[in-house]
Amino acid sequence: MALCDRSAYELAGLVHRREVTATEILDSALERINLVDGRPGRIDTSDVTPEDKQKIHAFITITSDLARTQAEAVDRKIATGEDPGELAGVPVSIKDIFCVGGTPSTAGSKILANFTSPYTATPVARLEDAGALILGKVNLDEFTYGSSNESSAFQPTPRNPWNTGHVPGGSSGGSAASVSSGESTLSLGTDTAGSIRQPAAFCGVVGLKPTYGRVSRYGLIAFASSLDCPGPVARTARDAAMMLKTIAGPDRHDSTAANVPVEDYLRSLEKEVKGRRIGLSPDYFRITFPDPTSGAFQQQLVPVEMDQAVRHVADVLTRLGAEIIEDVPMPNTRYGIPAYFVISRVEAASNLHRFDGVKYGYRTPERTDDLRRMYRRTRAEAFGLQPKLRILMGMYVSAAQYSEQYYMRALKVRSLIRQDFETIFDPEGKYRLDALLTPTTPTTAFQMEAVYGDSVLMQYADQLTVPANHAGVPGISFPAGFDAKGLPIGIQLLGFDFSEGVLLNLVHAFETETRLEPWRQDLPKVIRELV
Amino acid sequence: MPMSDAISEETFNHLVDLAALELNQAESRYLLTEMNKQIKAIHELQQIPLDEKIPPARHGVPFPSLICPPLREDQVDTYPQVEALLGEVPVAEERYIIVPDIPHMELE
Repeated sequence: MALCDRSAYELAGLVHRREVTATEILDSALERINLVDGRPGRIDTSDVTPEDKQKIHAFITITSDLARTQAEAVDRKIATGEDPGELAGVPVSIKDIFCVGGTPSTAGSKILANFTSPYTATPVARLEDAGALILGKVNLDEFTYGSSNESSAFQPTPRNPWNTGHVPGGSSGGSAASVSSGESTLSLGTDTAGSIRQPAAFCGVVGLKPTYGRVSRYGLIAFASSLDCPGPVARTARDAAMMLKTIAGPDRHDSTAANVPVEDYLRSLEKEVKGRRIGLSPDYFRITFPDPTSGAFQQQLVPVEMDQAVRHVADVLTRLGAEIIEDVPMPNTRYGIPAYFVISRVEAASNLHRFDGVKYGYRTPERTDDLRRMYRRTRAEAFGLQPKLRILMGMYVSAAQYSEQYYMRALKVRSLIRQDFETIFDPEGKYRLDALLTPTTPTTAFQMEAVYGDSVLMQYADQLTVPANHAGVPGISFPAGFDAKGLPIGIQLLGFDFSEGVLLNLVHAFETETRLEPWRQDLPKVIRELV
Repeated sequence: MPMSDAISEETFNHLVDLAALELNQAESRYLLTEMNKQIKAIHELQQIPLDEKIPPARHGVPFPSLICPPLREDQVDTYPQVEALLGEVPVAEERYIIVPDIPHMELE
């Protein structure tokens, strides 16, 4: 097994025990990138070639010099007996929505294609302090607006390592694809409606959306400020626990970073599952979505394979002593997407008004003596269709004459969604759950170009993940098998505020108990082809 | 109050102007179509009976003072990398940001 295919926990241990150097690990990761990634995303690109279609294209920028400097620093510390940090020598990729000092920070948009960040986001700085090696910036939907990663201005966009004809999910598609293909051991993503959990599910890795406020948003280019959550993408619960422990905690630069002590998530992994109460809700086993042609809403059950995978997880946890509570009502789940269409657009429009060609980023080359024309030309030339759609929609639903009927109503629906979670997790209530077990997504990874362009259908891919963002509660997606086409199935556990330790504990227990199951031996296509 | 009907072309064009955007025909067609599809989806919210007492949630997780970080001291904190910030300005001259003329108009 190549070093880059080992877990973060193993790699950090090997480095601490002086069995391998951080530089050797970095070389292994860079070699994997060289073998499977293909050409990095670029603004001005030629057509996607047949060869491109076999590659991952996770990265926009590879920071090999930065990573090598960091690896050498780790190796020096080891040599001199200093503590190199808990993530010593672990290769990490960063979703290109985070600022990393001295590196291009593009948000997958032409409007920031020439922007080099002067400072580093708090979660990235904490990873660096812990000895991680920053491999580079990975692709995403433009400004994170999407669920397939196809809306990035940087082409070719990432592809699914299990089948490169399928999307990796989004918006943290580059994060999930890079971890799944062995390019990076960990990745820092963001989740606004499911953007960590959905691509993690599609790519067969673990993705954790922490409680809102658990991880600082300082240095994160904002989409929807009341929903955005930075979090880990990893291959195991243990690795996600190591990463969360590193990046979580209060931050003087972010007044919404909660003043809540950070648990030792690694210790939480070893707790007993016995006695945990796990809920199943019928409201997470059916999906409601508008017909692409007529717009009429229809309801259908999630695919049988998804249902069976959830049942399998429930059976394993039962075997370990958990109690499964059936028929838990979550009646407002179906309203998550319509409410999100309003709330996220209003916040996105507000956040996007700062891009004006004046202070940083792209400015139109057209010479004009009218400031307003410069604004219009700059924004017209450099925003893609998805940011434009969010600006216009956000302005419409928050306009004075519509605000009450759209925005205020959506915020009240958000309260109802929150109440659903408060009811089932209430320790004095009827259900007293520790976690809710659900499918992560309504389908496995769809084919490239199958949904892109239909902004409504694409948004409904997040139907089972977005309620956690409205409510602010944590959620984790983890692999639990494959569908008939060999694509990964992701299963989700949702918990109450700041209960990430419980979720990681349950996933770790499931991973340990199922480690010998045959499906665990499967590898992504891009790795199989290397052998 | 019933939710509004489809977004008209006139309203759409007004929004484009307010948003400081310019669109070609194909973009306009796509964006107006998608906005109206989203409005249809949003109308699903209309069927939810909402008690007047339900508060609007601007935030999912409550932030009581117990977990809310204390406010920082109100002190001037000089940013250490001013030159790096100025280095990102698209058009600058002697540390001034250059922009085209700011149009003046009489407000009605």
